[in-house]
Amino acid sequence: MKVAVSAKEPALDSPVDSRFGRCPYYVIVETDDMSFESRENPGAGEGSGAGIRAGKLMSDLSVEYVLTGNCGPNAYRTLTAAGIRVIVGCEGTVAEVAGRLASGELTDAEGPNVDSHFGME
Amino acid sequence: MINVAVASGKGGTGKTMVATSLAWTACSEGLEVHYVDCDVEEPNGHIFLKPELESRRQVTSPVPEVDESSCIHCGRCGEICRFSAIVSLGNSVITFPGLCHGCGGCSLVCPVGAITEKGREIGLLESGTAGGIGFTRGTLNIGEVRSPALIREVRSSVRPAGLVIVDSPPGTSCPVVEAVGGADYVVLVTEPTPFGLSDLALAREMVETLGIPYGIVLNRSDICEDGASRIPDREKVGILAEIPFDRGIAETCSSGGIVSKAMPGYREVFSELLAGIMRECEE
Amino acid sequence: MRGMKQLAVLSGKGGTGKTSLVGAFAALAGKSVLADCDVDAADLHLITDPVVRERGEFSGGSRAEIDPELCTACGRCQEVCRFRAVESGPSEDTAAGVRFRVNPIACEGCGVCSWFCGSSAARLHPVVNGTWFRSDTRWGPMVHARLGIAEECSGKLVSLIREKAREAASELGIPLVLIDGSPGTGCPVIASMTGVDLVLLVSEPTLSGLHDLARVSDLAGHFGTRAVVCINRWDINPDITGEIERECRERSLPLAGRIRFDRAVVEAQVAGITVVEYGSTGAAEDIRQVWERTTGYLGFGGRSAGEAG
Repeated sequence: MKVAVSAKEPALDSPVDSRFGRCPYYVIVETDDMSFESRENPGAGEGSGAGIRAGKLMSDLSVEYVLTGNCGPNAYRTLTAAGIRVIVGCEGTVAEVAGRLASGELTDAEGPNVDSHFGME
Repeated sequence: MINVAVASGKGGTGKTMVATSLAWTACSEGLEVHYVDCDVEEPNGHIFLKPELESRRQVTSPVPEVDESSCIHCGRCGEICRFSAIVSLGNSVITFPGLCHGCGGCSLVCPVGAITEKGREIGLLESGTAGGIGFTRGTLNIGEVRSPALIREVRSSVRPAGLVIVDSPPGTSCPVVEAVGGADYVVLVTEPTPFGLSDLALAREMVETLGIPYGIVLNRSDICEDGASRIPDREKVGILAEIPFDRGIAETCSSGGIVSKAMPGYREVFSELLAGIMRECEE
Repeated sequence: MRGMKQLAVLSGKGGTGKTSLVGAFAALAGKSVLADCDVDAADLHLITDPVVRERGEFSGGSRAEIDPELCTACGRCQEVCRFRAVESGPSEDTAAGVRFRVNPIACEGCGVCSWFCGSSAARLHPVVNGTWFRSDTRWGPMVHARLGIAEECSGKLVSLIREKAREAASELGIPLVLIDGSPGTGCPVIASMTGVDLVLLVSEPTLSGLHDLARVSDLAGHFGTRAVVCINRWDINPDITGEIERECRERSLPLAGRIRFDRAVVEAQVAGITVVEYGSTGAAEDIRQVWERTTGYLGFGGRSAGEAG
């Protein structure tokens, strides 16, 4: 499975960054073999639209799952429209949470888990 | 037509008190006058003028509507949008109308004409009269953020005749610029407290950037010692009037009374203020 | 950060006393992070004596500019601009005798002119709209900003201030963030209130105040934010004070108290300090009580710093 994790550093042992729209990096892991690539978040410094842009990036990368701490309503809507499954409340390292997903321990979010910031996350 | 905007950096300095008093005074002196409430987030003018409203309509801002059956998923609409209001994903296009600025770029750029624009309601525009004074106000819908768009519509709906008094929102950013822009003269209402003077400096910079002549009304002028003397460069710009702190004014305003109407002792102050403004406008 | 509480002080109407109250609360709380989110007309620094430690530029958007050397004067930019931001006029310097220029105040940075410009003369550039500051006050860090004159994007700048205030609180283990909001109901106000634990709405006993309180409390309700109300200068009109309190009960808005009119509030401002540092009677006493009630609703601490010793 192709999984994107919001991260503080571009590495498998990076701690998860809780902010989907504003994290500095995304670590994209292929859980079958734990190969990975990292992407800088282009919208990290932005105001509104950061979550939407991040969602678009995930769609362009054909990611299947997003693992993050917090996901706001605009990002959530973008990800689900792109057919990407969202899991919130993730803590630990990128490798740890990707592993938990692969072993079926995690459940999809039912919706955004942080307030609407009117496009600002 | 003379368009006078009443503004201030700080909120609560007495813009609406001055604007409504001026409107009443102008009307009582036989002038054709129209009061326009551009403080669309918190309009208060009606509390004082008590207008009879004759017309009302919703003002809309254009947002994109995508015909999914014609869409070829080229992605150009998402590329041109700077506000993330329209996003092209693999096989669908989603829109975020709340983020849309109405620039029309997406519909222009769509190669198959799949995007049309529909109006999204942002606020109410109402007009009528208040005993001889023309009255127009805009009220932004709660949760909306596009106040400049509404203010633009409110201003352009006013017939350009007589004396138009625009009651602006507080502050110095884009909604205020929209309300004040194009005025012949600006009246900046302030108080001589540190907060008032600090915000006056910002308001002066704004009006100077817009290149509009202005004068200052110093309200509650005696709540700080040597109030007027704390205003920098006051020889360069006129202090049109000084109104002392008067608990009576506070009480009159609190219950919606127009000061120039309800307090005869202040009629001359507003009459002279009006005359002063008209003189400045003639120059 | 667990246990951290954020309180936003808002009013709808301007001039109700938000900034004076936030300053007083900082003094009563003893330790807090201050966030001055009234970026349009920031005043909190005038009574909190902040020492700037860090500053940065804020770029909230872009603006278009037309390079006269590349411009062919085709006028397409002016045709497509929805905001009437492209001005044209006669010019001796151009081959066509006409010059096109973007009015920076009207430009909304949509980039449509740039997209359709056939000669790459019209281009978008990021714009620095303001400056943010992180400073130290006698009670902890303060995050504030100065928005450029006539700028847009005040909401984004407020979001930046909120984020930096949260970071500062987390870094230093300070469990309270006090937010001074701007008047109105627009984007900077929304950005000031999202994700807070409580909003304190400051009202004044005027019909305007009553009207504006209704709007801003609707806004808080719209975002599902808990709110309580206090009435400042209540004795200017006891009748309307009563009306406001009735309205609050009808809306199930708890009352945090009333503060009397007191010249000491302005005197403290002139002295550059908070009301509760200037004196302890009159409005200062009322503010203390409002603070006690508000912290009760906030679920924060309890004792005012000044009372413990």
